Order: sequence, then C-alpha cells, then structure tokens
Amino acid sequence: MNFDFSDDQKQLRDQARKFLAEKCPPKAVRVVLDGNEPYDRALWKGFAEMGFLGVAIPEEYGGAGAGHLELCVIAEEVGRALAPVPFSSTVYLAAEALMLAGSDAQKQAWLPKIASGEAIGTLALFEGTGNPSPKAIKLEAVNGVLNGVKKPVADGAIADLIIVAARTASTGRDSDISLFLVDVKAGGIEAKALTNLDPTRGQAELTFTNCKAEPLGAAGEGWSIITEVLDRAAVLTAFEQVGGSDRALEMGRDYALDRIAFGRPIGSFQAVKHILADMYVSATLARSNCYYGAWALSTNAPELPEAAASARISATQAYQHCAKNNIQVHGGMGFTWEFDCHMYYRRANALALGLGSLSYWEDQLIDRMRKRNAA
Amino acid sequence: MNFDDTPQEAVFRAEARAWIVANAPKQYEDELRASSLGRIALKNADILDVAKAWQKKKADAGWACLHWPKDYGGRGASPIERVIWQQEEGPFGKLSGLFIIGHGMCGPTMMAYASEEHKRQYLPPLASGEKVWCQLFSEPAGGSDVAGLRTRAEKRGDEWVINGQKIWTSGAHYSDYGILLTRTDPTVPKHKGLTMFFLDMKSPGVEVRPIKQASGHSDFNEVYFTDVVIPDSQRLGAVNDGWNVALTTLMNERMSIGAGVATGVPELFAFCSNLMLDDRPAIEDRNVRSKLAHWAVRASGLKYTSLRAISALSKGERPGPENSIGKLVAAPMIQDVAAYALDLQGAAGVLSGPEAELAGKFQAMLLRAPGTRVEGGTDEIMRNIIAERVLGLPGDVRVDKDVPFNQVPTKGRA
Repeated sequence: MNFDFSDDQKQLRDQARKFLAEKCPPKAVRVVLDGNEPYDRALWKGFAEMGFLGVAIPEEYGGAGAGHLELCVIAEEVGRALAPVPFSSTVYLAAEALMLAGSDAQKQAWLPKIASGEAIGTLALFEGTGNPSPKAIKLEAVNGVLNGVKKPVADGAIADLIIVAARTASTGRDSDISLFLVDVKAGGIEAKALTNLDPTRGQAELTFTNCKAEPLGAAGEGWSIITEVLDRAAVLTAFEQVGGSDRALEMGRDYALDRIAFGRPIGSFQAVKHILADMYVSATLARSNCYYGAWALSTNAPELPEAAASARISATQAYQHCAKNNIQVHGGMGFTWEFDCHMYYRRANALALGLGSLSYWEDQLIDRMRKRNAA
Repeated sequence: MNFDDTPQEAVFRAEARAWIVANAPKQYEDELRASSLGRIALKNADILDVAKAWQKKKADAGWACLHWPKDYGGRGASPIERVIWQQEEGPFGKLSGLFIIGHGMCGPTMMAYASEEHKRQYLPPLASGEKVWCQLFSEPAGGSDVAGLRTRAEKRGDEWVINGQKIWTSGAHYSDYGILLTRTDPTVPKHKGLTMFFLDMKSPGVEVRPIKQASGHSDFNEVYFTDVVIPDSQRLGAVNDGWNVALTTLMNERMSIGAGVATGVPELFAFCSNLMLDDRPAIEDRNVRSKLAHWAVRASGLKYTSLRAISALSKGERPGPENSIGKLVAAPMIQDVAAYALDLQGAAGVLSGPEAELAGKFQAMLLRAPGTRVEGGTDEIMRNIIAERVLGLPGDVRVDKDVPFNQVPTKGRA
C-alpha cells in the first residue's frame, strides 16, 4: 500500500508547474479571456513539445506511453494555471474514447496527431439543457450519415476531430446509441462559437447536415463507451479542479497575509482564518478522493466508476467553494476584472458542468454504491 | 500509487485475520457492529470487562499496541500494518475505544519522559488493558485555553502536593492511572509555569465524580484533588516545562490516526436503503441521494486523507497539524447525518426507545455529537490550527501571553 505519487511523478508535476508558470501567466490567460484568440496556440505547441498531450497515449501511437498517473499530475497543473487550451476535450475525451473504442486504423490515424498537437479533438454529446442520458440524444445516424444539432460542445469550433453520440435506434434502451468519428475536413458540419461563462475554454453549437461519419466502437455500444469515457474524464477533470482549488486557496491566503485592515493583516481575524481553513479542508478531501480515482483509473480497477464519481463530486464542490471564497477574502478587489479571482470562479463553475452537473454525478455515485453494497 | 498489499503486507494480513477469526469474542460481534457513536454498550455484559479481556488476549499473542516497541508491550509494527490490523479487526476494534487515551496519549508521553524503570513497570500493563489510564488536562475555567489551568502543585521535600479540580476527564471513573498537568509557578506567564506528573488514581485525596451528559450517559468526570501527594520521581519532564510535555501528548493524539474515523455515513446509507418513503426506498428519492452523496464523498475523502497520512508516516514523515482535519470534518458531519436520519422519519423521529427505528441509534448519535465537536479541541480550535500551522496565517491575538498568570483577569465583566 502506498497512497502517494512516486518521486518521478512528482518531478513531472514540478516540471509542468515550472513550464506553466513561465508560459501561462495570468496575462496569457487574459488574451483568450478578452476574446482576442480562441485558445493559446503557442502554449498548445509547447504542450506538444513537452509531451503533455501524449503522455498517456501508447508509444505505438506516437505517445509517451507513461500512463494515467502521469496524466493526472499534468492535469492538476493545467487546472492550477487555468491553461486556455483545449486540453480536456482533446486529451480526456477524444483521446480516451479513441483508446477505449477505436480500431487500430482509427488510433493510427488520430492518436499521433493528438500527441503532436496537430489535431484538436472533442466529444459531441449534449443537445441543450439536461444531463447525460441516452434519451436526450436526438441526433440521428442513418447509414453512417449524421443529421442533428449538438450544443454545447467543448472546443467544438476549433476541433479537427469530433466524436459524436448519435441515435441509431429508438427502442428506449441504452443500445439505441452509437458513437461516430467525424473528420471536420470532410464537411457537413457548421460550427458556431457560443458565448459562455468561461471564455478561456470555448463552447460551440455544431450542426450536422448529411455529415459522413465512421463508426467508433461497435454499433449499440455507444452509451457504455460514453459512460466509461465520462468516468475517465471525471477523474482527470477532478485533478484540474483540485489544481484550481489549491491555487485559489493560495491566492486567498497570500492576500490575507498582505492586506492590512484595522491595523492587522486580515488573515489574523478568526472569521477570515476560518474561511481559509474550510477552503483547505474541501481542497484536501477532494485531493484524497482524486488520488483514489487516479489509482482506479491507472489500474483500470473495478472500483473506477465509484471512485470517479466521488472524485468528481468532491472536486467540483471544492473548486466552487475555494473559488467563491477566494473572492470573499479579497473583498471588493476580488470582484474586479483586474484581479484574477474571477478567472478561477469562472473556470470552477464551468468545469462543474462540462461532464454533467453535480446532481448527475450524485445520482451516479449512489447507484454505484448501491450496486457495491448489494454485491 | 498502489492500494494493493505488498507480499509482506499480505502475509501480515493473513496472519492477523486468522488470529482474529480464532480468538475474537464473536458472541458480541453483531452488537458491536450495530453500535455507533453514543451507544457502544452491551446488553448482557459489562463493556469494560469484555474490552479488557479482548485487549489482554491480544497482548498475550503480540497484537496489542502494534506500533509500540516490543519492550513496552507492543509489536514494533509499521503504520501500514496498523491500518491492516484495524481493517481486519473490524467491529471488535470498537472495544479499543476504552483504551484510546491511554494508548494514544498517556503511553507515548510516558515513553518520551518517564524513567526507563517506570516505562518497564507501567507500559506493559497499559498495553494489555490490565491498567487503564486517563488524561487530566482540562479545567472548568480552561476549556480550549488549556494552559489557563489552576490546579496547583507545591513542592514539599521529595514530594508534590496537589490541590485543584479537573473536568471532562474521560474514563476517570474506571482509570487506574492518569497524567496530570499542574501549575507550579503562577508568577510567570501561563505557558511557563506548568509541570506534568503521572499518578495513581487511587491516591488519597483524589475524588472522581461522573458528569451526566446531555445524552444521559456519563463518560466524563470531574476530578477533585485535595492534598494529593505525588513523589517527585513521577514528574514527567522538567519543572515548569509541562507545556512542552503536554504538546508531545497532543501531538501523539494525531498519531492515533487510522482509517476508521466514525462519520455516520455507512449507517445512514444502510438506513436510507431500507426506509420506505412514499412507497419506495428512501434512497431512490432525489433529495435523499443528493444529501447522501454529499456526505459520502466527505467520508471517503477523510478515509483517503488518513491513508495519505499513513503513507507519509511510513516514509518517516511526522504527522503534522494537517491531521486535525479528521475531527473537524467528522464531528459536525455526524451531527448533521443524525439530524437528517431523524428528519426522514417525520414525527416518529422523535422516538428514541426500543420502538424507534434502529432502536434509537440516530437519536443517541444526535445527543452524543455535540460533545464530539468539543472534546479534544473545538471545531474553532481545529480551524485555527489549520489556518495558523498549515496555512501560516498569523496567530490569534493573545493578550495574556506575557502577563504573569496570577495577574490575568478571571472575569469578563467586573
């Protein structure tokens, strides 16, 4: 039993932190936030050069083949630095779906491009308001031709590769859903960028009109693949959330030490100290749940579904808690555009929704715990 | 990152499991399993007798106080072996609750400050449960301000004479020995005039009066000292250095971390799975699921936080103040979980006798929980510890810090 990352993994984390501190300071995030660029292209190139994009992709497909624990430590740093790049959609969703369900030819065609930063990928799942559910998918696939609308799709307007959840039957069962792989270059897709809570991670509406697509995984297996992809992405996103929580806590702590009011640093007042202590508590609980999730993910343990839901819920709560209280500790300053607090607040609340909301994951967790207790 | 046992750990686990299966008092297993915070008692036996017998059996076979050195009645086991033991001991581990102060705090303090002769004399019977120890720190005027204590120790030749009163002393009514923090110099600031001793609780002049708690139980006591004599050889640490000795004790409290802190969550989960609400199991209700999930991730977060601490411990790191998180999270959670379990029962939630759901288990939990939030440091003290010692925020303003103790005001409104 050892419940910690290895020294090598910690070294990779330090390396990623150093790289991001240099290449992704808050002012770089603001270039994207202010709408001047859809994402930070130079940073994305740097990610590829550093090997971050292919860290969990096997070597035969152009990756480093290091594994998911390594990807977890990078995800944490990506979250901490608010990196404005399509990392989660490409690496947690598209690459994971390909690795789980892709044919050898599909993996050969796309994974090396993902690892090299040449292709941005995403998963087109949602169709308007609501949580992940096979019933919510209306987009139809007939003989490999897609028609319908997906929104919101994370990084949908800049993606080269889109994995689409489509309806191939209407029996009311999970097997109604199949997955398809679409090369954007082939045409048939119209993308519209959508205004969203966190402009540092784009959202789009994609309209598919007689769009030719190839199946990804077996017909009728789409929903079980999606569930598994979401579980894996939940653990990885949770690490981003923990990275963000820690940074928000640090910002609040530093400000409380520097800011003087009533003749004392505000961090000497119990009311402020206790806010920060509670932020530490939620960030720590989330981190511990994440470590369990990382272990389950990296070993493909049967505990993964439950561990993923726990990590997801805990990290979502922690990041929202830390981000909003960081603003509170900063007082009026925290509420200004000029201070960075709102960037964490935006990201926290956007990440809380991207893979299905808190209530969806609560539902998942309870179902999974019941299953375990019944077993 | 690995949750599986190493080959050595697997051998240890198998050995522990086999011994527990062969030796545990299985006639009490169901009752112990069903018991939870606030109601660890047995219907047809004295819990103290059963606990002592189990502890003795463990000690004789080398399974007591696993992390203590063998010379003092332990096993010299690793922190991870302790966790494995706890996992395997399961509900029988609840019997160790009666010894937790002795094993977790008094023993380690004795190990750090007692003479070798005393260690060999007192520690093995403490490890084996034959002798029970308590910790005499808190006072009526002290509360969270432990160093504000007033119990006096006055030197008389080779002896000390003790006068004063302690309160909230867990288990004093069945304890054989205690460690006692006293004031030996009231003319210096409060932390600087304290001295620690250990004493025989049967000494003349020691009077133990149980306190009836809000729950109706009496787990705590007031302890009065009237001209109690303690030989100087039972002093722990230097005269007036008692605060540092006490800090060792409190630090060791954090060492007693384990993976099994009570949260009430498994109990609530089981309850919601069985309780019918609007003709279906409560657990199928959306609001119930949301609440359950919220608490479940806090409970699992705590469990894995402990495991992280144990991993750090096994690499030779010291347990730090970050371990205060366990009590800070678990104690208020138990209170909320219990109140919610009653809420789900509607008006019948008020019943607390044998006819109540689960024979009033959650009601008992509710009445015990406020104490859990206070004992061993209140929620507020725990938050201060995290804020100051983990996050590095400034300490609270302490206006009595440099004032001689006998000049510190004792009343808020004159």
